[in-house]
Amino acid sequence: MDEQTVPVQIKGLRDGLLITIGNGEWAALEAALLEQIHARQSFFRGARIALDVGSHILRVNELVALRDRLSDRGVSLWAVLSESPTTEKTAQLLGLATRISKPRPEETRKFAVDDLGNATALFVNKTLRSGTRIEFPGHVVVVGDINPGAEVVAGGNVIVWGRVRGMVHAGAKGDSSAYICALDLSPAQLRIAEEVSAILTPLKSPRPEIASINQDGKLQSSPWEPG
Amino acid sequence: MSAKIVTITSGKGGVGKTTAVANIAVALASLGARVCCIDGDIGLRNLDVVMGLENRIVYDIVDVIEGRCRLRQAMIRDKRLPELYLIPAAQTRDKSAVSPSDMVRLGDELRNEVDWVLIDSPAGIERGFRNSIAAADQVLVITNPEVSAVRDADRVIGLLEAEEKGSPSLILNRLNPSMVRNHDMLSAEDVLDLLAIRLIGVVPEDENVIVGTNRGTPIALEPKSIAGQAFRNIARRMCGEDVPFLELDNKGSLWARIQRMTGRK
Ligand SMILES: Nc1ncnc2c1ncn2[C@@H]1O[C@H](COP(=O)(O)OP(=O)(O)OP(=O)(O)O)[C@@H](O)[C@H]1O
Ligand SMILES: [Mg+2]
Repeated sequence: MDEQTVPVQIKGLRDGLLITIGNGEWAALEAALLEQIHARQSFFRGARIALDVGSHILRVNELVALRDRLSDRGVSLWAVLSESPTTEKTAQLLGLATRISKPRPEETRKFAVDDLGNATALFVNKTLRSGTRIEFPGHVVVVGDINPGAEVVAGGNVIVWGRVRGMVHAGAKGDSSAYICALDLSPAQLRIAEEVSAILTPLKSPRPEIASINQDGKLQSSPWEPG
Repeated sequence: MSAKIVTITSGKGGVGKTTAVANIAVALASLGARVCCIDGDIGLRNLDVVMGLENRIVYDIVDVIEGRCRLRQAMIRDKRLPELYLIPAAQTRDKSAVSPSDMVRLGDELRNEVDWVLIDSPAGIERGFRNSIAAADQVLVITNPEVSAVRDADRVIGLLEAEEKGSPSLILNRLNPSMVRNHDMLSAEDVLDLLAIRLIGVVPEDENVIVGTNRGTPIALEPKSIAGQAFRNIARRMCGEDVPFLELDNKGSLWARIQRMTGRK
C-alpha cells in the first residue's frame, strides 16, 4: 500500500504509537482514524499516541475535540507533529508535545517559513503563561508578558511589548547578532546564540531594555535609547 | 432554573481545592441554594471526609456513569443542610473510568436537579483535570502565595484559555498577613500582578481550617471564623453580589486583633 491511498498509517514507537494522517478533508480523516480505533478497540485501549498531521491546519477547538474523542476511547494523545506553525502552536497551547524523541525517519522537520529568509516574524498577541513554549525559526514578536515558566526560542530576534520573566533564546541557530528587547526585562534567563546570562540586574523602575552580545562576546542588557 | 457548574482546580496539589469546594458548598447552601458537589479525584476520594459524609456512601460517580444506579441514588444528602448533596468519587477505580463526555452528560443531568454544581478537581493537568473541567461553565483557580503554586496556577490558566473555557477567577488561600508584612510571603498584589485574572476571594491561613477538615465540619459553618467569612464571601460573589474584601492586614482589623489575642503576632 502506498502512502497516498492510506488515510491513516499506524506505526509502533518505543513509547507509544505514531499515527500519520494523510492528505484530504480533516473531518473525513478524523472519522477514518476513529473507525480504525473502534475496529481494534483492545489494541488501542490505554494507548499513548503521537499524531503526525502533516500540513493540516488545526485550531484549538478541533484539536480539543479530537483529544476528547480519543480520550473517550481510552486513547491518550501526547504529541502532535505538524509542518504547519499554526497547528504546532495550537498543540503547544494545549500542552501537547510537538516533537517525539526520535526524529522522523525520512526528513528533518522543516517549517515552510525557512524559504522566506530572515524577514519572517511570528506575531503572538497574548501573554505566554507557564508551560508554554514557542519555537520559531524567524523573529518572534509578543504583545503581552512572558511569564515565569514560559519559553520563547527564535532563530532571529525577540521583541516583547510587555514583561519578560520567563526564558528567551534569540539567535537560537547561532546568530550572535540577534537581540532581545522588552518593556521590562527581568527574565529567569536570556540566551543569545550560545551565550547564556542567568541574571541581569533587575531595574527598580522598569524601562525598555535591549539585550545583545557585546564586543567581548558577553551577553549584556542596556536601556533602550530612543532616537 | 438551570444549575451553574463550577470547577475548582489548581495544578499544584495540596493548596486547598477540596477545602474550598466543601466550604463554598456549605456557604451557598446556607444562602438557601440547592448545591451538589462532585468529587472528581477518582481513586483518591476525600471530599466526603472533609464534609463529614464518609459513612453514608453507597454509590459513587462511576456507578452513575456506568448505569449501576440512578443519579439521585448517588447524591448523598448532607446532615446539616437540607439541599446540599455530594456525589463521591470511586475509591477503587482510576481516572480512566471517567471521560470528559461522561462528565458533560452528568453535569447536564444535574442541571435540572440543583442550582449549583461544584466540582473538586484532582491535582495535575492530566486526564483527571480535563475530566473535571469538561462540564464547567466557570472555573475557579486556587493557589497559595508561594512561587511554585503560583507558577502552576499560571500554567492551568493558560490551559483553560487554550481550551476556550473563558477567563477563570482566582482564590488566594492561606495568606498570612504578618508574613506578607515582613516580606516573607508573596502578597495578594504580587500574585494578581502575575496571574492577571479576576480575584474572587482571599482566605487567610487559619489552623481551625485543618481542625474543621478533620472533624468533617467545614469552617464556613462557624459564624465567627474569619476564614469561614472569607469562604462565605466567595459564595456571595459567585451569586453576583459585590462584597468588599476582608481587611486582613489592618492592625486594627478583627483579624489582627485575633492574631494578637492568640499571641501569634
Ligand atoms: N486557609 C487554610 N488555613 C490552614 N490550612 C488550610 C487552609 N486551607 C487548606 N488548609 C489545609 O491544607 C491541607 C490541604 O488542603 P486540601 O486537601 O483542601 O488541598 P487539595 O488542593 O484538595 O489537595 P489535593 O491536591 O491533594 O487534592 C488540608 O490539611 C487543609 O486543612
Ligand atoms: Mg483534594
